[in-house]
Amino acid sequence: MKIHEYQAKELFRRYGIPVPQGDVAFDVQRAEQIATELIKETNNETVVVKAQIHAGGRGKGGGVKVVQGAAAANQAAAAIMGMNLITHQTGPEGKQVGRLLVEQGMDIARELYVGLVVDREKRQICLMTSTEGGMEIEEVAANTPEKILKAWFDPKTGLLPFKARELAFGLGLTGKQVGKGVKIMQALTELFIREDASLLEINPLVVTKQDDIIALDGKINFDDNASYRQKSHEEMRDATEENPVEAEAAALGFSYVGMDGDIGCCVNGAGLAMATMDIIKHEGGEPANFLDVGGGADAETVKKAFKIILTDDRVKAIFVNIFGGILRCDVLAEGVVGAVQEMGISVPLVVRLEGTNVDIGRKILADSGLKINAAADMADGAKLVVGLARG
Amino acid sequence: MTILVNKETRVLVQGITGGAGSFHTRQMIDAGTTLVAGVTPGKGGQKFDDKVPIFDTVAEAQRQTGANASVIFVPAPFAGDAIMECIETGMTLAVCITEGIPTVDMLKVRAFLEGSKTRLVGPNCPGLIAPPIKQKLGITPHQVTRPGRIGVISRSGTLTYEAIGQLTALGYGQSTCVGIGGDPVGGMDFIDTLTQFEQDDDTDAVLMIGEIGGTAEEQAAAFIKDNMKKPVAAFIAGATAPPGKRMGHAGAIIAGGKGTAAEKIAALKEAGVKVSPTPAELGKTLVSAL
Repeated sequence: MKIHEYQAKELFRRYGIPVPQGDVAFDVQRAEQIATELIKETNNETVVVKAQIHAGGRGKGGGVKVVQGAAAANQAAAAIMGMNLITHQTGPEGKQVGRLLVEQGMDIARELYVGLVVDREKRQICLMTSTEGGMEIEEVAANTPEKILKAWFDPKTGLLPFKARELAFGLGLTGKQVGKGVKIMQALTELFIREDASLLEINPLVVTKQDDIIALDGKINFDDNASYRQKSHEEMRDATEENPVEAEAAALGFSYVGMDGDIGCCVNGAGLAMATMDIIKHEGGEPANFLDVGGGADAETVKKAFKIILTDDRVKAIFVNIFGGILRCDVLAEGVVGAVQEMGISVPLVVRLEGTNVDIGRKILADSGLKINAAADMADGAKLVVGLARG
Repeated sequence: MTILVNKETRVLVQGITGGAGSFHTRQMIDAGTTLVAGVTPGKGGQKFDDKVPIFDTVAEAQRQTGANASVIFVPAPFAGDAIMECIETGMTLAVCITEGIPTVDMLKVRAFLEGSKTRLVGPNCPGLIAPPIKQKLGITPHQVTRPGRIGVISRSGTLTYEAIGQLTALGYGQSTCVGIGGDPVGGMDFIDTLTQFEQDDDTDAVLMIGEIGGTAEEQAAAFIKDNMKKPVAAFIAGATAPPGKRMGHAGAIIAGGKGTAAEKIAALKEAGVKVSPTPAELGKTLVSAL
């Protein structure tokens, strides 16, 4: 699950990580009000208005404006609120802005980078820092890898202070900046572990002319596997940022990812579901979706899956690819026939079943009198469904 | 011999009284597994299906029955703890089937595994099966297996069954099939398992099924090139997967442009591995590599 910058900064505050003063606004009027209050409290006319969407590159896309005074903040907010923001992470369709973060401006001396990720190779958490704040970290890694300093730790011991100090000195922090930097890095590691983050990034982490170190930006993704013990995160969910079909599928216990093609897929198991899309493409077709209905697959499951697949009206044919194994294919076949009859599905269906009683299962499909094609094997099924989708 | 298990392996099931645990315990017994105990805290003293004694703790089960391997069906919130209980007790093998364990819990398990004698398979996997000795520690449909000399390693469940089914249909049996799981942080990886197969006198060749996400396949390719004498065939799922999207498995995601199927396939081919062009030719590709 992803959250907005302003929500990440609220969490930073709770863990003692300094962030600029500011607040979120859902309309332009409130944005101006926040700006007025900020100017009064900080005695600083510089205000930053930032679009809140779940994507990076907002500044380049015109979603961040630094202005002087409350009236200018109002104008900036009016320009950004409701705009369709297109960045390299939103895709060409962009994202509509519905929330703004209004913050005090900072006297920036240096821009640094801090990020935490799970290092799958080392099976530890990796804390990455760089002197090249404000740049894409992938770019820094590709062009000047020596400018990235890393430390690894596990949740048992946490980030040891000496490792944090090594990074702080490596970043060129001096004097009282060192202690502040170490404190921030340790707070971030604590946040990462306690909140079950899967990714955490501050880009840039700035050193001000007053020697303060402040998170000017914030990005946090959470591990969905831990949502059962992170109930408070649910309040941070922004449904407008999520694909409604993916969310509906998730509520049913399915894993769904929409694609651009016209062949719907209903498969048990993630690996086989990916492989099914691959073989459709290999046969010259285009998959409409990835859909993993889970290890088993009974009649009720198949029915729900068809409903999800058919929310995409581009679907011209459906490929059901189930490796039963322990499940009996005759039971599966009856389930598919029942689902088609009950739902009155009009698009052609190709069903490939494998497992116990596969011959009886195929016969049930063939004898159903419905537009169901029983495939001999996976390759046959893929060829059939690609042909049917072409019409 | 087979890898990871042998005829002396005595299996206990953690979470034996749960839905999945009880269903698959019966399947494992049906497959011929030496299943000696179950563990469900609070149900010690009872018997599963009037046959298998249930204990409150893994330590007690081990003392009473000599169990040396565990299959874990415990729900995700408690599964990390169950694995660590296994490690602490000194089980030689822990096979965790559970899907959905928080990554932070698995990172703790990894730290706990350090220096222990336990090998962990999974989580989020179908476990392993050794058809020649009829030992099944997991949920692989044993009905599609056949005793033989091909090793199978896979990050995916149903795709493992697919691979086994295709090999069996072609008349090629399996020595051991290991599902290493689809999570970003788990136990044994491709290299650990390939090492075992390379040393196993009763395995002639290995079929390896990878998928998008991470760099385990690329590392495996380098290992194969330098260390494997036995032929290896492979398939990588997810050539059509869009970047930045999690494809069912927690670990199946192309992140920051890394972990694509194309990179993995190129690395494997470069290492001399035959790569199956589609999931329908897993068996055929392995046979062509022999």
